[in-house]
Amino acid sequence: MKPAAFEYQRVTTVAEAVKLLRDAPDAKVIAGGQSLVPLMNFRLTRPSLLVDVNGIKALQHVVWDGTYLRIGSLVRHQQIADHAEIQKHFPVLAVAARHIGHWAIRNRGTIGGSLAHADPASEWPAATVALQAEIDVEGPQGIRTVPASEFFQGYYSTVLQPDELVVAVRIPYPKFRLGFAEIARRLGDFALAGAFVEDDGGQGFVTWFGIADKPVRVHTVLPDNMEARREAWQQALGTLAIADDSKSRRHLAVQMAERAWQHSRLEGGKYLSEEAAGGDPL
Amino acid sequence: MNSKVPLKLTVNGETFDIEVEPRWLLSDVLRHQLGLVGTHVGCEQGACGACTVLIDGKPERSCLTFAIQVEGQQITTVEGLTRGEHLTPLQESFSAHHALQCGYCTPGMLLTATALLEQEPHPTEQRVREAISGNVCRCTGYQFIVDAILAVAGDTKEDVR
Repeated sequence: MKPAAFEYQRVTTVAEAVKLLRDAPDAKVIAGGQSLVPLMNFRLTRPSLLVDVNGIKALQHVVWDGTYLRIGSLVRHQQIADHAEIQKHFPVLAVAARHIGHWAIRNRGTIGGSLAHADPASEWPAATVALQAEIDVEGPQGIRTVPASEFFQGYYSTVLQPDELVVAVRIPYPKFRLGFAEIARRLGDFALAGAFVEDDGGQGFVTWFGIADKPVRVHTVLPDNMEARREAWQQALGTLAIADDSKSRRHLAVQMAERAWQHSRLEGGKYLSEEAAGGDPL
Repeated sequence: MNSKVPLKLTVNGETFDIEVEPRWLLSDVLRHQLGLVGTHVGCEQGACGACTVLIDGKPERSCLTFAIQVEGQQITTVEGLTRGEHLTPLQESFSAHHALQCGYCTPGMLLTATALLEQEPHPTEQRVREAISGNVCRCTGYQFIVDAILAVAGDTKEDVR
């Protein structure tokens, strides 16, 4: 289990990266490498060239301007979990970040890499869809902005072209409070099911991950009565093409939506600590 | 594409001038080029944590990083936790609490726990369990490892190393 041979180039600007990607169609970008390197170790992928973008300073910012949160694509998961302004204004992102892999993975893995990899069981694709983020990608023609709802196409598949690079994600301040929940077999494993829920008073949106080929933001009624709400989750779930459809998967999806909704009703600090404390989700 | 390139690798405070193929994993270069076999290789897909080293003080997977990527960064392996023959308080505590049996996971556990205690000298049991959740142990059932880490966290007020 060792990677096949490849050429290696380190870049310090996006333009350099794009030029290398354009000239070598089977090149791959390496950022954190926490998904790419396992695939290379198994030789499931054998790029001829690795373009190491870790030295691009321009992609390492987190900027909160009061309206939008802008996160550079090279920002590590753990930086998002620990970022004071994100914890304050977007606590749902800080909580979701803590569910990504393990500490050592979060120290290296990046948000841009996670979006480009588009694993349907991962947190960031669903987060960007749930929060109606926009994803900036840069290619030979310059920068284009893609709404997250149009970025993901299916399993490990996005609209990103081989010569394009995710450079940043821009997230508008949510109008209503969001909640998050996820269940995995062990802490840090990929989600069996997870959900972001936005409560707009009697109605709202749910975005699941880990249950279909890509995250979709689904509108739903959100009645106060718990039994009625469970019925609403079931209905919302009915609009999706569920992978490996089974009673247990539907059960988990409903449970995670319900738990995310309950978390959406907690205040900031309490939200952060209650979610972190875990507990039995079933 | 198999040609080697020169690399200056800084491990445990010492800089080594070596030649590597770009495809060589940091874990393999540490073991095969530098002879630092304390870094163990388990799954080579990031799941087991046996190969965990510190890169600029933060725990990372050496099997998911190419050696060529970490030029100029400070790598710490289990061999670098102490300068001489003695053990760190954390290592002593692992011994005292029977926190290892076969020892395969131990270097990764020690480095993860060292980084945790550096960052948070008095973590709760919950935090300790979260921090080492990325390090698989097939012998101990984890309880003695958690005990060993918490004992050091209780003992030392300032410098855990």
